[in-house]
Amino acid sequence: MSTLVIAEHDNAELKPATLAAVTAAGQLGGDVDILVAGQGCSAVGEAAAKVAGVAKVLVADDAMYANMVAEPMADLVVPLAQNYGAVMAVANTVGKNFMPRVAALLDVSQISEISGIEGPDRFVRPIYAGNAMATVQSSDAIKIITIRATGFEKAAADGGSAKVESVAAAGDPGLSSFVGEELSKSERPELTAAKTIISGGRGMQSGDNFPIIEAVADQLGAAVGASRAAVDAGFVPNDYQVGQTGKVVAPDLYIAVGISGAIQHLAGMKDSKVIVAINKDEEAPIFQVADYGLVADLFKAVPELEEELKKLPPA
Amino acid sequence: MKVLVAVKRVVDYNVKIRVKADQTGVDLLNVKMSMNPFDEIAIEEALRMKEAGLVDEVVAISVGVQQCQETIRTALAMGADRGILVKTDEDLEPLHIAKIMKAVVDEEQPGLVILGKQAIDDDCNQTGQMLAALLGWAQGTFASEIKLGDGSASVTREVDGGLQTLDLKLPMIVTTDLRLNEPRYASLPNIMKAKKKPIDEKTPEDLGVDTAPRLTTLKVQDPPTRQAGVIVEDAAELVSKLRNEAGVI
Repeated sequence: MSTLVIAEHDNAELKPATLAAVTAAGQLGGDVDILVAGQGCSAVGEAAAKVAGVAKVLVADDAMYANMVAEPMADLVVPLAQNYGAVMAVANTVGKNFMPRVAALLDVSQISEISGIEGPDRFVRPIYAGNAMATVQSSDAIKIITIRATGFEKAAADGGSAKVESVAAAGDPGLSSFVGEELSKSERPELTAAKTIISGGRGMQSGDNFPIIEAVADQLGAAVGASRAAVDAGFVPNDYQVGQTGKVVAPDLYIAVGISGAIQHLAGMKDSKVIVAINKDEEAPIFQVADYGLVADLFKAVPELEEELKKLPPA
Repeated sequence: MKVLVAVKRVVDYNVKIRVKADQTGVDLLNVKMSMNPFDEIAIEEALRMKEAGLVDEVVAISVGVQQCQETIRTALAMGADRGILVKTDEDLEPLHIAKIMKAVVDEEQPGLVILGKQAIDDDCNQTGQMLAALLGWAQGTFASEIKLGDGSASVTREVDGGLQTLDLKLPMIVTTDLRLNEPRYASLPNIMKAKKKPIDEKTPEDLGVDTAPRLTTLKVQDPPTRQAGVIVEDAAELVSKLRNEAGVI
C-alpha cells in the first residue's frame, strides 16, 4: 500500500522536514506520493517532484489552502486518503492541527509524533515528554501518522522525477477564515532547520543579555533558542522555546547557555548530535547529557567563546 | 451560553515517571495524580468568560476511572458549576474520548467546548481536533487568546513561526496553549462548596459509543540515555574539541 505525505511549505519553498517524512513513508514499503496544498504553490510542487523516492506529486492550489487551515485541509485530504494505506504529515503546528481532524473523519485512531517505524503497522513514539518510548500497533485500515522530523534522516532533495498532477479543491466548509499572522522576523536560520543552535536559559538574567549569545550565533551561522524558563521570564518571545511544549530540535551542535536542564527542556533537544553546556553550577543536570561541559560564569565564557571562534581558521 | 470543559486525570507534572520492569507501561501505583495542566488553563478560561458575563454555565467532563471524580471536584472547586463523569476502566484512545464527548455535546448543546491541547501522559494532541471533526465544528487549537463575538470568535494561535489569528464560527472547539492564562488556585471555602455541586455519572454504553481499541501498546521502554561527556577547562579548549574531535564547527 502506498503512502501520501502532506508537504510542509510556505507556498514558495518545500520545508526540509518534509524530506524526513518521505524517508519515514518509504519505510512503510510501497509508493510515496506527496500532496502540496497551498496557494500559488507550483514551485513547491516542482521541488517535491525532485525529491528522491517520490512517485507522484498532487498539487491542490486554491486560496482556501493558502495557510493550511484545518477545516478545509481535512476536507481535501479525507477523500484522497481513501487511495492510500497511510497518510503522513510532520508533527509541527500545521500537521498537529489538521491531521487528527482527518483521522476522526476517517474513523481512525491517529498515531502521533512517531520517532521510529518497526513495521507497516508498528510504530515507536515518545510518551510522558520523551521519558518513555511506547511501541504501538495499529489495526486501522488507513494509518494516520504524524512524525517527529528529528527521528528520520532527510531524503535527498534531488534525484527524483515524479509526475505532478493537480487535484481539484474540495468544497469550502465555511467554518474558519484566516485573519492574519505575526511571524517573528530573523536573519538567522529557523530553529527546526538549523545545523547549529545556541540557547539561553534563566542564567541569562535578562533579555538584554541575549546579544552575547547572538554574537556567537553570528560566528557559527546558528539559530538562537531559549528554555521555557527564559521565555516565561519574558527574556525572549515564545517561538524561541525549545522543549516539550516548544520546538523539538536535533541539530549537529546544540549549545546550552545558563540552562539547568529541566526534563521539559531535555525532551526538546536531547537528540542533538553534539551537546555543549555552559553553566556555573557544576551540579546542573544539563551536564549529564552534554558531550562537552564548561563550568564557568557565562558572562565571561560566552564572550571568550566568541573571541575563540573569531580566531578559528576556516574549516 | 454553556461551556463544556474536558479535564483529564494524569500523573502530576512534577513526578518523575518510572517504566515498569515488564515493559507493559508506566508505573501508576502510589503516584500523585493531578489535573492535566492544559486542562486547568481550559477551566480557567471558561471561568473568566463566565465572570465577564459571556457564559452562563461551566460544565466539567472527565472520562475514565472512578477517581476522575477527584479531577472533576478540582474543576468544581475552581468554580465550574457541575460535572459529568463518563466512567470506564478501559484505557481509551483520543478517538473514543472524542466520540463520547460528541454524545455528551449532543445532549448538553454547549456553545463552546474547551480542552487542553494535549495531555502530558500520552502526548497525543488529538481529542479537540477529533471532536471538532465529529461535530462538524470549527477548531481553534493551541489558543493563546480567545475573543468571543456574535456568532463567531477570534482565536489567536501559537504556531511555529509566531502567532496566527483565525475567525471561527460558533459553536466551536478551542484547545488551550500554555500562555492563554494563569489558572487560579481553589480557595478552601470553594473546595468545601464544590463538595455539594452535582456530578452526573454515565458510561460509554449509556452514550452508545463503541470503545473497541484500534491501537495496541506492545511495549513501553526507557528512552535511550546519553552518556555524560567531558568537562573542558575554557572556551579555547571547547572550540578546539568542537573543531578537531567532534568536527561540528
